[in-house]
Amino acid sequence: MNKAILIGMTGLALGLTACGKKQPPIDTAPPITDPSAGGDTGIPADDAVDLVELPGMQADLVAKAGSDTVYFGTDEYALDDASRATLAAQARWMLANPSVRASIEGHADERGTREYNLALGERRANSAKAFLVANGVPETRLTVISWGKERPVAMGSDESAWAQNRRAVTVVVR
Amino acid sequence: MKKPLLFALLLTSAFPAMAQDDPPPLEVDVVGGITAPMAIAVPAMPVAPGAGDSLGHQIAEVIASDLRSTGLFTPLGPRGIGGYSFAQASSPIYAEWRNAGASALVSGYVEPRADGRITVGCYLFDIAAGRELARQGFAVAPSNWRSAAHKCADTIYSRLSGEQPFLDTRIVYVAETGPKTNRQKRIAIMDSDGSNHRYLTEGKATVLTPRFSPRGDKLVYMSYQGRRPRVYVMDVATGAERLLVPGTAFTFAPRFSPSGDRIVFSMANGGNTDIYVVGSSGGTPQRLTAAPGADTSPSFSPDGRRIVFESDRSGSQQLYTMNADGSGQRRITFGGGAYASPVWGPRGDLIAFTRIGGGAFRIGVMSPSGGGERLLTNAWQDEGPSWAPNGQFVMFHRTARGSGQASLYAVSVNGGTARRMPTPLGGSDPSWSPLNR
Repeated sequence: MNKAILIGMTGLALGLTACGKKQPPIDTAPPITDPSAGGDTGIPADDAVDLVELPGMQADLVAKAGSDTVYFGTDEYALDDASRATLAAQARWMLANPSVRASIEGHADERGTREYNLALGERRANSAKAFLVANGVPETRLTVISWGKERPVAMGSDESAWAQNRRAVTVVVR
Repeated sequence: MKKPLLFALLLTSAFPAMAQDDPPPLEVDVVGGITAPMAIAVPAMPVAPGAGDSLGHQIAEVIASDLRSTGLFTPLGPRGIGGYSFAQASSPIYAEWRNAGASALVSGYVEPRADGRITVGCYLFDIAAGRELARQGFAVAPSNWRSAAHKCADTIYSRLSGEQPFLDTRIVYVAETGPKTNRQKRIAIMDSDGSNHRYLTEGKATVLTPRFSPRGDKLVYMSYQGRRPRVYVMDVATGAERLLVPGTAFTFAPRFSPSGDRIVFSMANGGNTDIYVVGSSGGTPQRLTAAPGADTSPSFSPDGRRIVFESDRSGSQQLYTMNADGSGQRRITFGGGAYASPVWGPRGDLIAFTRIGGGAFRIGVMSPSGGGERLLTNAWQDEGPSWAPNGQFVMFHRTARGSGQASLYAVSVNGGTARRMPTPLGGSDPSWSPLNR
């Protein structure tokens, strides 16, 4: 009881300080029940550190693994055989480049509402991340974000475009 | 015997009893149906020397535009109709306005004050009955004349409709430019008639779903700055922003509580999205839902005791309500569609939502128990409702199929055609402010 109050008060004090100062992360992750997801919460949290793309390394990933993207069915987040093969190749690349970190980024097509699509994108990214971890990539090198329906790659409002937009992209970051 | 006959004669004589002579009270019917809008004259106001000559016309233009936007009035003027003198502001020549076809008249005046501000007088007259219905005076800085015009329009609207005011408000929303595949988004704020438009973010980071605090002085929203999507709080006046939950947890879908002391939001981790609440100044978030599934779009009831949200825990997106502490979660939608983005109305009696079905998104309202569902729009993709503070109008964004261009629209909760809001560029995720102070 006292500890909880102390944490709350500390959090309050931290909340009132200016943005940009280093603050300890709040551990709000629910209990991990998926054994393949590992026991940690991902990249060590430091909210002063932005995720920055590395185009050169990204090109190498695509060249060596074949693709940085896997695709999903409508309203689905399960991996199919093609996705698993792609991710296995990505995992090998990441193990061959041990200093590299990646942001696994999930996307949804335009046929869902804004906030639900943010959640769906996170499910897709998490599926991909879990597979990478199961294939030996340390979870501390991976983070998950969702772009919802905000970053389509295909412009159309048709099945072909939607299929291209339902994806998870492994983005190499500094 | 004779007395009743005399009484009857009196009723039909040339000097009828008062109940027969008074025209019915002047009012606009806000409840359903197609009612002919009321013709209301809004001539340019007389302006005393030293107060700014063009103000009289500008103020009348804003009042006329505001009244037209309610859907209940057909304003006459200020263009094309004559003005009047200071004396006539409070004593109009009714016959002239009757001849012009007006049922009502908005008059007033503008004069300078000793303290450097201006006084804007505002009168409402029932032309048929030949009597004054309302008067108000507003003291404002000359540069803030629009505020006086909106408040005058609100006085007119409220008096004639019986509804609470809503015109003296602001809209915050996401301004959009560019093609679907390279969309730039910035938070923007404007008066509810599109004036005083300015941007609050630069556009380098994608921003989503800005929402006003209950006093209209802060915004809560989600930003991708640093490529880390998280919830921030911004002070509207200064632009200063603060991360709500320290750390890199993925947070989104935030809303203030009605008292402003809490912010409810979603956090996603490990493939699961749940709803949390935290003090709006910071603190340890308290988890409210834990079901497997995507729980998001939480919205407080106006008394702050309950929350409505969407969840796909049943297999499709449906609406649920719960107590503010997370207890008592229960599903309220069983109408055969999928439902999203619920927002509890300010009067407590309605929840606005997006209904998903048949390849379309439509805006609707229902009671907090899930009954009485009514759809208000019918286009390809209308989503993200936000209530006017008087509970009479709902704003949302409409996306065009193909181009993916989004625009803001407002629709009356009583039905009718949605009206496009004036924005310089595309727009989405609108949030309607409380009444300006």
